[in-house]
Formats: sequence, structure tokens, C-alpha cells
Amino acid sequence: MAVLSFVEVSQGKIKKASVEAAYYGSKVAEGLGTDSVVVVLGAASADELATLGTVGVKKVLHAADARFNNFDSKAFTKAVSEAANVAGATVVVLSFNQNGKLLAPRLSVRLKAAYVPGAVELPEFNGASATVKKNVFSGKASASYQLNTEKKVIAVNPNSLSPVRGAGAAEVEAFAPTLADADFSSVVKGADLIVGEIPLSEAELVVSAGRGLKGPENWGPIEELAKVLGAATACSRAVSDVDWRPHHEHVGQTGLTVRPNLYIAVGISGAIQHLAGVNGSKVIVVVNTDPEAPFFKAADYGIVGDAAVVVPKLIEEFKKLKAAH
Amino acid sequence: MKILVPIAKVPDTTSKIAFTDNNTKFSPDGVTFIMNPTDEWYALVRAIELKEKQGGEVVVIHVGLADSEQIIRKALAIGADRAVRVDADPTDAYFVAAQIANHAKSENYDLIIAGKETIDYNSYEVGGMVAEMLDLPCVALVQKLEIENGVATITREIEGGTETVEIKLPLVICAQKELAEARIPNMKGIMGARTKPLEVVTADATEKLTVITGYHLPEKAKECKYVSPDNVGELVRLLHEEAKVV
Ligand SMILES: Cc1cc2nc3c(=O)[nH]c(=O)nc-3n(C[C@H](O)[C@H](O)[C@H](O)COP(=O)(O)OP(=O)(O)OC[C@H]3O[C@@H](n4cnc5c(N)ncnc54)[C@H](O)[C@@H]3O)c2cc1C
Repeated sequence: MAVLSFVEVSQGKIKKASVEAAYYGSKVAEGLGTDSVVVVLGAASADELATLGTVGVKKVLHAADARFNNFDSKAFTKAVSEAANVAGATVVVLSFNQNGKLLAPRLSVRLKAAYVPGAVELPEFNGASATVKKNVFSGKASASYQLNTEKKVIAVNPNSLSPVRGAGAAEVEAFAPTLADADFSSVVKGADLIVGEIPLSEAELVVSAGRGLKGPENWGPIEELAKVLGAATACSRAVSDVDWRPHHEHVGQTGLTVRPNLYIAVGISGAIQHLAGVNGSKVIVVVNTDPEAPFFKAADYGIVGDAAVVVPKLIEEFKKLKAAH
Repeated sequence: MKILVPIAKVPDTTSKIAFTDNNTKFSPDGVTFIMNPTDEWYALVRAIELKEKQGGEVVVIHVGLADSEQIIRKALAIGADRAVRVDADPTDAYFVAAQIANHAKSENYDLIIAGKETIDYNSYEVGGMVAEMLDLPCVALVQKLEIENGVATITREIEGGTETVEIKLPLVICAQKELAEARIPNMKGIMGARTKPLEVVTADATEKLTVITGYHLPEKAKECKYVSPDNVGELVRLLHEEAKVV
């Protein structure tokens, strides 16, 4: 028996979301009294992979096959399920990130395994069945999913738990899944990465702004605040719809879902569709001139005030804090 | 080109969510049901655009009971050619995917376009499951899709940007925003929808992989701590010392 986690490496580094998945897998393994094993597909250095030992991983199955350097959902599904069989895994853990959201349901079918998409807590085991909580109705409620099959697939929501690092190095073992060239169907033509910015989906701190800013020319202080904090910037749909901000910044029901430690919302009313994408944030700060703005009901801290006045003060105060620590 | 679009029925986002039977069942009382937004706005409209350009047929499939007819007719009014309803109350995503895959096996589709997720269970499941059941390639979080000579050029969301890939048909796509502009059905479409074929089929027996044992509503509304705009330093102190997030 074992718990297998799927880990992705990007530009030589293990993705943050994957570290969380591996940590989650180790915690599940600990609870079951079994080993935490990881599978990695594509190029990665043995040194980088060995660091997974710090989050409780015992063994890494590494398929260095260059065909895996680009994500292909069909081929990856075959390879990960083969790894699950090699490791004798009863539980397979992935991040509920861009690739995981597709790989996990495919694995669930291939392994005939019950699947919970977007777990927010560790599972509770009761004999052969496990119960895992996930958010439903765009964050308006949560639900307990009971997984009754012998094999189980869990995709864990990014930022649901903070990995605690310990000492230790994982043992890295070569893994050669049996895949034919015909299993790979997609040819990557190129990527368009937003450089010099923190990707919103990975950010721990987010500064977001909406129509209350009155125009795209007023985003300077928002960007500066984000820079001082080391935060990513986001926006409401009302703002990206009129091209004040790029579409990839739009969060909410029809945009990205973020779960940062801190979400600062400036001049955003807090419509239910916006909240659906941000209400998993640990701490929400709202700055709005209207004391009746619905966002205050979802906020931990609020300032009733004008963005033009409050944001420059926030920049100054955070600078002071950074200087003192 | 023959395209299949699975459509789901979901509670409108503004609906108040409530549960019955000791918090084990979702209560449909007073809830307005709509076609799942990503299915309607992006998957269905892109399918229709491709058909308009290249010819072919757009079929919508829905797994649900007779009370979903309004949603199916709306899809036909927007421009789908015909519809199939699998007559069953869906139990989980695996069940829904199995019904869709089963239908697809008998029809030889070039393309299946699903929405990225439904807004009720937010699970991102059906597209990927259907693809695996049919052993087809699949791309999710798709923002652009062009098809030429049987090859799809697809732009999808990745961490911190987008990636463009080429894949030969047949394949499954999970659509998200930017793939198309939502269309509002016009009078001609609404009239025409009434006479378009809607075939009702029985469901195949499928095992149930997951069971929802209970729902939980947030314990209480958050209590917002207000800070004066003249004392912004206090907010920064609270974030540092109390919330410990900076
Ligand atoms: C089906 C559907 C899906 C949707 N999906 C999304 C989604 O994914 N994401 C999303 O964001 N929206 C979404 N929306 C739109 C959503 O309903 C709101 O219209 C949108 O979020 C409003 O954006 P906003 O808060 O920036 O603008 P507004 O609602 O106009 O709010 C502006 C706020 O700024 C405040 N303000 C004004 N001046 C100042 C100032 N000087 N300083 C500080 N505050 C100020 C105002 O008091 C107000 O609260 C969706 C809508 C629908 C119908």
C-alpha cells in the first residue's frame, strides 16, 4: 500500500501547488501508516526532487522521458496510473491546479476510483471508505464527499494547507512507463507567459481593484502597493470587460478562483459572482467609499474611504513595516 | 463537422442555497435553474460558430429529468440543431460522463465541447471523464479554438499565462471565458427551437463512485473589523500582528 502524489516541475523548480499536493499525500500516508510516494514526469534534477523528502516523501518515481516535457492529458493519465500500480497506491493525490483539474477526472475513470475535486481538508478514514470536504456552490457551502471505492483520487485546492518542512531527502528512482508515441497527441506550438509578474493562481498575496478606481490611469498606486507587498494584481470583471485591465487578472465565477492568504479589494462592490472567486482567501481587506458595499460582509478588515487617499497611505505604512522587519 | 455539446442545469448564482433532510439534500425550493454559464456562453456558441463557418451539425446532450426541457429548448434557440436528453436524475459526475460517452460512441463526433465546470459543484469533471471513457485527447481551460483540415489549434490557460497546442480531431475540449461571445436567442431561433428534434433516451446503469453525505453552510458571517481611513497604520499592524499574513 502507498499514497501516490503527482508532482509537476516547471523551469527546474517544483511547483508550489505540487509541494502542497505532496505534503497532503504524506499526511494521508501518515494517517494510513503507509509510504508517501511521488511521481514526476519530464525533466527534473535529482537534487530538486530529493527536496520532497522535507515534506515527508519517501520515494520519487521519476520518468525523465523527454516526451513528458509538455503536458498531454491522455499520455500523463496513462503514466500516472501506471505509477499508481507500480507503487501499489490506494490513494492518488494531485493539485487542483490547471493540469490537475483535467488529469484527476481522467485518472478517476482509468483507475475506477472515486474522486473529490478541490479538497480543502485532509480525508477522514473509516475502514475502507474516506470522507473529504470540498467547497460547493461557488463557495457558498461545503460538502462532505464519501469515497467508497478501493482506490481514491483526491485533487487538493491550492492554498488549503501550508506544508510544514522537516529534514530528509527523498530517494529518487527511475521510472519508465510503457507509452507508445501514439499515446502523445498534442504538439505544443508555444507559450505566452506573463513575465515579471507573480502568477495570480500561485500568489499568496493579492491586491485587486474594481470600477471604483474610475479609470485605467489610476492603477499606478495599486501596482505599487502590489510591488511593495510582493503581491499579484487582480481585478473585477467590470474592469477587464472594458479593457482597463488585462483579462488574465479577472477573478470570480467566470474568471480565476484565487485562495491567497491576503486579498485586498479596492473599489470593488463585492457582487456574488466576484466573491465566488475570492471567498476562499484566508484574510480579506476591503477599501470602499460606500459603507453599505456588500463586500464588507465578506471582509475581515475594512476601511470606509476613498481609494485615492487610502492606497497611498497603505503603501507608506507597508514600506515602514518592511523596513522594520 | 459533427459537434456534441453537453449542457448542465444549475442554480442561478444569485439563488439562496439551502439544504433539507438534516443537511443531506440540496433544496430546489425557490431556486431559479439556468443553463450552466460556461456551457451556454462559450461551449455552445463556439460550436455554433464552427458549424456556421465549416458546415456540419451541433447536437446538445443533457442528463436530467423532463423539467429541464426549457434549458434544452434555449440551447436549440441559440442555434443547436437537435438535442438528446438522457432521462435520469444525475447522481454524480461519473454517472453523467458515462451517459454522454455512451451516446457519443454511437454517433462519431469530431469534437465534444464541454464547459470547464458547473457552477453548482465546481468540479471540472465531466469533460475529462468523457475523454478518458472514449480514449480521446482532451484540453481543458480552453480560451481559443480554431479548426483547419482536421487539426485543432487550441490556446489554454496554464499557470501564469497561456499555451498553444495542436491536436488532431477527434477530441474533447473544456471551454472557458474568451472562447466565444455569449449569444441571446432571437425570435426566429425561439420559434424554430419548438420544432427541432429532442430525443429522449433511457439511462445506462452506472455505478456510483461518490456519495455526498452532508452539506455545511458557513458557520457565521464574518465579523468585519473597521479601521479609520485616518489610521491606516493600524490596519497594517493588525495584518502583521493579528492576522499574521504580512
Ligand atoms: C453571470 C455573471 C457572472 C459574473 N462573473 C463575474 C466574475 O467572475 N467576476 C466579477 O468580478 N464580476 C462578475 N460579474 C459581474 C458582477 O456582478 C459585478 O457587476 C462586478 O463584479 C462589479 O465590478 P466592480 O465591483 O468593480 O464594480 P461596481 O459594482 O461598480 O463597484 C464599484 C465599487 O467601487 C466603490 N467606489 C467608488 N468610488 C470609490 C473610491 N473612490 N474609492 C473606493 N471605492 C470606491 C463603489 O462604492 C462600489 O462598491 C458577473 C455577472 C454575471 C451576471
